Amino acid sequence: MKRKYYAIPYTVWMLVLIVAPMLLILYYAFTGQADGVFTLENIRAALDPLYLKVLGRSVWLALIATVICFALGYPIAYILSRMSGRKAAILSMLFIVPMWMNFLLRTYAWMTLLDTNGLINQLVTSLGMKRLQLMNTQGAVVVGMVYNYLPFMILPIYNILQKMPRSNIEAAQDLGANGFQVFTRVVFPLSLPGVISGITMVFVPTITTFAISRLLGGSQFMLYGDLIETQFISIGQANGGWNVGAALSCIMMVLVLLCMAVTNRFDKGGEGGTLL
Amino acid sequence: MAEHLIDLVGVSKEYDGELALSNIDLYIRNGEFLTLLGPSGCGKTTMLRIIAGFEKATSGKVLIDGKDITDVPAHKRNVNTVFQKYGLFQNMNVYDNVAFGPKIKKLSRDVIDKKVREMLELVELSGYEKRSVEQLSGGQQQRVAIARALANEPEVLLLDEPLGALDLKLRKEMQIELKRMQQQLGITFIYVTHDQEEALTMSDTIVVMRKGVIQQIGTPVDIYNEPKNAFVADFIGESNILPGVMIEDYFVSFLGKNFNCVDKGFAPSEPVDVVIRPEDIKLIAPEDGTLSGVVKSVVFMGVHYEMQVQVGDDTFLVHSTTRAEEGSEVGLSFFPDDIHIMRKDVQA
Repeated sequence: MKRKYYAIPYTVWMLVLIVAPMLLILYYAFTGQADGVFTLENIRAALDPLYLKVLGRSVWLALIATVICFALGYPIAYILSRMSGRKAAILSMLFIVPMWMNFLLRTYAWMTLLDTNGLINQLVTSLGMKRLQLMNTQGAVVVGMVYNYLPFMILPIYNILQKMPRSNIEAAQDLGANGFQVFTRVVFPLSLPGVISGITMVFVPTITTFAISRLLGGSQFMLYGDLIETQFISIGQANGGWNVGAALSCIMMVLVLLCMAVTNRFDKGGEGGTLL
Repeated sequence: MAEHLIDLVGVSKEYDGELALSNIDLYIRNGEFLTLLGPSGCGKTTMLRIIAGFEKATSGKVLIDGKDITDVPAHKRNVNTVFQKYGLFQNMNVYDNVAFGPKIKKLSRDVIDKKVREMLELVELSGYEKRSVEQLSGGQQQRVAIARALANEPEVLLLDEPLGALDLKLRKEMQIELKRMQQQLGITFIYVTHDQEEALTMSDTIVVMRKGVIQQIGTPVDIYNEPKNAFVADFIGESNILPGVMIEDYFVSFLGKNFNCVDKGFAPSEPVDVVIRPEDIKLIAPEDGTLSGVVKSVVFMGVHYEMQVQVGDDTFLVHSTTRAEEGSEVGLSFFPDDIHIMRKDVQA
């Protein structure tokens, strides 16, 4: 009975750092800046076509980044899971170590690579080709996203593949499945929960990212995260920026929750039903 | 069809310089229930995995129906395995698990459906088609694993300690079930276990293994009654193993006494192991026996009493339906043909 007291610090933590900020966001989103009276004005402002276009771009870029992360991450995770323990540990370390560095630092590193006079362009011009415009493109933003979030795709998939019992694979071989069939009918369906959490862990942060687009995309690829930041920092509380920013955040939150509901449903369908 | 369904010819397997199987020669007849029996690490599972194709022998050949299949990958061999941990596909229901093999073979829907129902009936799981495998008990999961393996119509079914995870009662039931299925289907079963009782009840042939070497091949009755060495005697059933000396043919000395026996062909005064089964020893009045001793402990085992009888410095294990009092003095008696003489095992 007494054990429930151990939960108190956690409950306090949740209330102060999770529930209270959420309530504050809701408060700002649904009240006027001047009077603090309930209004839908902020939501209406946040649904401005210009903002919706930015939202569309954020979703689109996040989708591209997630697809690329999956296309790169799954094979890497699969290869890692087939390696001996020692080798796999060293290699997965290589993917994890960059995560220990500061996020901004990693992104700045890409700036020096992609810059007009950066390493890649030095290589390109030394081969006698024309200088490429790499910085301030959608491509640069996607590269930054993929680079930063790839480990979040690899690790959950690697985990689930590594824990998959050997007898599952052997049973499939035993029953006549060749390498490709073993993968499509057994390994991949069984790894879906890892894929789902990988997708969630890449898609949700990329859709709300703001630093990557600013640093690698210049000003022309403003993403939803940038928009929210601008409202809070540049426009500021006095000009109602907090209220519109909070409204934007609410819209984003609803969108993310919808996405997660869809992926969760897909996950359950994948586990229970057949994929053949 | 050849009398020999499977031939292992000089099969050895090394893991990092450790010899798991040492030059195994073995043939398996069509339609027999053969058990590979031995303690853990004796190489029995390795042998099964080499037949299944999951492991490659370091040297030697595997033949099925006289054809060399040493280099044929697992998915092209007409053998199927029931795994110790079942290896059921958690992402599929019972029906799809059993249908996995036939679907890979691209059989028609009707044929697959008929096959799956037939197999589920065989393992008495009709009506469970739509269940998820996670909802099943251990015993039911094992039945699904058996149905799934048999749905592929293998020439040989390999079973790797399939009953290891089940409780005693269920295990006994499944032993009888498995034997029934094997007889009904008429296909060859190769069964791996460390449980001697399981081996004795189900097998046509038992192969006793130890440290990668076959110790004895024979029928359950042969193996039990005529163990070739002290290891087999000790592993199959309980035994009293005593050091002795073969004085001449049909005459052996142990515990300082001389006994008539039925074995011959040993060198004069050759040191041997003398094996006497606990159930072959009869308790008589102390003055009537060649050997006598004091009852140290009595344990009721259900059908019989298990008693430890101290004779000099040695302790005899005796199984008897008559009970002797703890601390009482008893005589021990056994027939000459209950004394089994074994050459000293060089490995022991």
